Amino acid sequence: MSHRVVITGAGTINALGHDVPATLEAMREGRCGIGPLDIRDVDRLAVKIGGQVTGYDEHAHFNRQQISLYDRFTQFTLLAAREALGQAGLSFSGDMADRSGVVLGTSGGGLNTQDENYRAVYEEGKNRVHPFIVPKLMNNAAASHVSMEWNLRGPSFTVATACASSNHAMGQAYQMIRSGMADVMITGGSESMLCFGGVKAWEGLRVMSKDACRPFSATRNGMVQGEGAGIFVFERLDHAKKRGAEILAEVAGFAMSSDASDIVMPSKQGAARAIAGALRDGGIDRGQVGYINAHGTGTAANDKTECAAVADVFGAQADKLMLSSTKSMHGHLIGGTGAVELLACIMALRDGVIAPTIGYEEFDPECALDVVPNEAREARVEVALSNAFAFGGLNAVLALKKAP
Amino acid sequence: MSDAIADKVIAIIAEQAMLEPSDVKSEHTLEDLGIDSLGLVESIFAIEEAFDISVPFNANDPSASDFDISSVRSIIDAVAKLVKDQS
Repeated sequence: MSHRVVITGAGTINALGHDVPATLEAMREGRCGIGPLDIRDVDRLAVKIGGQVTGYDEHAHFNRQQISLYDRFTQFTLLAAREALGQAGLSFSGDMADRSGVVLGTSGGGLNTQDENYRAVYEEGKNRVHPFIVPKLMNNAAASHVSMEWNLRGPSFTVATACASSNHAMGQAYQMIRSGMADVMITGGSESMLCFGGVKAWEGLRVMSKDACRPFSATRNGMVQGEGAGIFVFERLDHAKKRGAEILAEVAGFAMSSDASDIVMPSKQGAARAIAGALRDGGIDRGQVGYINAHGTGTAANDKTECAAVADVFGAQADKLMLSSTKSMHGHLIGGTGAVELLACIMALRDGVIAPTIGYEEFDPECALDVVPNEAREARVEVALSNAFAFGGLNAVLALKKAP
Repeated sequence: MSDAIADKVIAIIAEQAMLEPSDVKSEHTLEDLGIDSLGLVESIFAIEEAFDISVPFNANDPSASDFDISSVRSIIDAVAKLVKDQS
């Protein structure tokens, strides 16, 4: 038994905006959300920029007791979930609650909470921390709070596959509905690693840019971290139709692969197997794909490997499709990145607008695809893919189709 | 002074390459020694810690960095210069 799966709600908060309309408007305008980091001890960092959520006051959204339990990554999740569930217009009780769950991606979980409390015990010499540090920092905190706030009593868990976490999570949600295990799944991901320890750890790898994220440009010099969340309501097609829900897009295919080779260097073969697998899974012809939201981190290694993988899978068709990296605008949200980037796929399918790769300066022969440089473009797209290739060689690619 | 720097740099590279320091020659490239990009980043970290210096190096574009990693000799020279500039 195989069910069709559609998206009936979307929500986000990220460096480009505090909701979906603001984020899509920024993507259409090719606006950059990356700027100077405003975090404690930033003067001791070599990398001083990031795609930070600005103009954000946690007290405007949550009470004191909630804040004592909600790390920033959980707060972002709940705000994005409110928007997504508000749009879907769903409430959960009885059997439906039992057949609905939450699968979210994150890599660092409550990293801000860890950072603050390690600082308290090591640097400040304190011998006591707040009693809720463990439930606040745990990676499944966000999924659990979503389940509690909306009474989702079915299967819920958190997926951690570094930069592919959200795509892996959404793939699980998709498969659970498809297989009949659930009717509705809240899915996506969240990340908030922009704290001193979080950025310092990334500095160590020496793959971070100090000035900008310029994916596919010959002048690219590394990635820039972002933060935020993207949350979606995945629903069985007939369930959504029966209640007359507005459908944003259909989730049409998904595949995962492992490079099984290197802990940080990407592999063309691994990426290509995931892309080709998603097409095969969805019964999608290569010629149907009009847009790919790239992993496009802006590192030397990722971007050329990704372009080579796309060229391998699509052959001559590769020259006809558009491939852009919105990380150039919102930064790399690590475990939350695929979720925010799925918004660009939905925009391509629904609005016929392709988000650009901004910061593009100079052609790189190793990235010789149409990367939609600097300006958004209008185009009719039938199928869009979202790529995510994680450290550790774990790849996950989703295929979306226009709403049926 | 310079010899002490050379010995220390060679010791760090040798440890990364899992070789005896006497097997590491100044004309060797990191590739010769089997040190990959991850090993290089780790070696640079060890060098920074050992000499209390900051090495300008971006793994995205090693050739654009001021820090020349083309051979063991060039790394020793670059470290010696950074140590001298600092004092």
